Amino acid sequence: MIELREVTKSWQGFALEDIDLEVSEGEYLVVLGPSAAGKTLLLEMVAGLHSPDAGRIVIDGVDGSELPPERRQLGFVYQDYALFPHLTVLENVAFGARFGQGLAREDAGRTAQELLARVGVTDLADRSPMTLSGGERQRVALARALAAQPRVLLLDEPLSALDQTTRDELRALLRSIHRKTGVTVVHVTHDRSEAASLADRVAVMMEGRLVQTGTVEDVFSRPKTEAVARFVGVENRLTGTVTEVGEHTLSVRVGENELASSRIDRFAVDDKVRVYLRPENVTLLKRKPKSSARNQLPATVTSVEPLGHVQKVELDCGFTLVALVTPRSVEELGLAKGASVVASFKATAVHLLPY
Amino acid sequence: MAGTDESMRGRLDRAFGGVLWLGMAAALLLVVLPLAAMVWTQVTGDWPRLMATAVDDAVVSSILLTMYCAVLATAIAMAFGLPAAYLLARHEFTGKELVESVLDVPVVIPHTVAGIALLTVLGRHGLIGAPLADVITFVDALPGAVAAMLFVSFPFFVNAAREGIAAVDPRLENVARTLGATRLEAVTLVTLPLAARSVLSGAVMTWARGVSEFGAVVIIAYYPMIAPTLIYERYIGHGLAASRPVAVMLIMTCLGVFLAMRVLSRRLFAYDRAP
Repeated sequence: MIELREVTKSWQGFALEDIDLEVSEGEYLVVLGPSAAGKTLLLEMVAGLHSPDAGRIVIDGVDGSELPPERRQLGFVYQDYALFPHLTVLENVAFGARFGQGLAREDAGRTAQELLARVGVTDLADRSPMTLSGGERQRVALARALAAQPRVLLLDEPLSALDQTTRDELRALLRSIHRKTGVTVVHVTHDRSEAASLADRVAVMMEGRLVQTGTVEDVFSRPKTEAVARFVGVENRLTGTVTEVGEHTLSVRVGENELASSRIDRFAVDDKVRVYLRPENVTLLKRKPKSSARNQLPATVTSVEPLGHVQKVELDCGFTLVALVTPRSVEELGLAKGASVVASFKATAVHLLPY
Repeated sequence: MAGTDESMRGRLDRAFGGVLWLGMAAALLLVVLPLAAMVWTQVTGDWPRLMATAVDDAVVSSILLTMYCAVLATAIAMAFGLPAAYLLARHEFTGKELVESVLDVPVVIPHTVAGIALLTVLGRHGLIGAPLADVITFVDALPGAVAAMLFVSFPFFVNAAREGIAAVDPRLENVARTLGATRLEAVTLVTLPLAARSVLSGAVMTWARGVSEFGAVVIIAYYPMIAPTLIYERYIGHGLAASRPVAVMLIMTCLGVFLAMRVLSRRLFAYDRAP
């Protein structure tokens, strides 16, 4: 539905290079990347607020690179909401209905009322946006964007300025809107948990380039580069040597340990590799189980750090390994500095890249 | 020791506050003293003459004419100034600093020079005056007075409007356009209402500057006689006693209008302040 083909753009110190991206109809795509990666510039360019220096932006099969924003039917929601302060909440939303759908003033008002109900802020209709909380403003901004009946909703860090509770509520609202309306969404964020919970597909952007695109599972468990691995929270990044290539798995020596990984054809014995393992995929046990997990390493706990709803456990098993476990597991296993455990993880959880 | 330091810092802080108020008092005195002295002298020294001036047709029509010309100059300044202010606020282009400097020139040149320059262009043999001679006359005519007021006051409007527009987040315009509004609709329905306070404030300053103009007007349009010219003429012809009541009338009228408009422009369009 929207295709970016070899799009390049330089603007105010930001540069996008050779961006190729396709967004299918009804898809929820999250563009994930650190600050200053060029994510907002990418979104503004899709919206028509900047023209590409090179390349094309194709909308519904037609080259829309030079189309003005008002003819693209793409709703935009900024991180800080960008509500019109001189209009009431209702007038803000009606603005979208009037200009986006071409409705008469009264019909636009009715549509705006319906949308305010949908995002749960009917009682704020006559208020000035200046008097609303961050969460309320973002709901109004969403309603306003939807009022124009956009083909695609472009969300620029829509949850970043909100507290955790409001963020969770808005996340649920975004999911519900996407499910009920089927609108295509391109959502830009630096928050990987946001990407993990909302995305059908994730595109990782770094230093003006799209470095990896795929499902959440693909990107988070099988990063294509060291930088992506680091950014998406793969905390176990090790170096090893391939020692054996079997039918379904291959073995990698890391320190004194042999790790099993799902077989990848491009590796041969003696190849030096980087080994990636998400800390969520490491299970800690009191003793070796009879489970299907191919990797079971005796380890000693070196530290336990509470991170809210999970705890980060650092282990020494000849190399440093990080695991994320629930507080309940910490209690049941008596995890504390010096405790002996078995770290277990599946061969499919071990991702390899050439060194 | 620490207590002594604290008490010294407190005294310094209070002294600094005192200096600020002293500065404010001096600034007010600078403006108020000559005007108040003039009004006071007139009111207490020659009240009957002030009353006679208040109903003097020549004086009343001259003050009204001054205000009318200033309104026309302000309207023209707004018509041309808004697009210029928008461009200067929103776009970067080659020579922008030069354009800004040129637009500020009327503020820095003596207004008699401005009058001579205008006469050169708008006079019967001037670059603009000659081809338009059959349509409009500037010399010793109302359009001349308006042109002179416009020339000297235009920068006040452009600068105020530019700052007001620049203060409006351009992303509001962006959002309006993604919602389907054209560029013109986005500017007129979002940016300008949000910049209205600055635009109105600029218009008030432009009008006030127009009303107070004498140097440029007197050279290009001695007649029809605007109030500053009338005051000058009465002073030269009949002395201080004849000119002062007219000056007092002009000051009282203009101050009233100016104050009312300033208050209005501050209270209206205050979107950036939460109620």
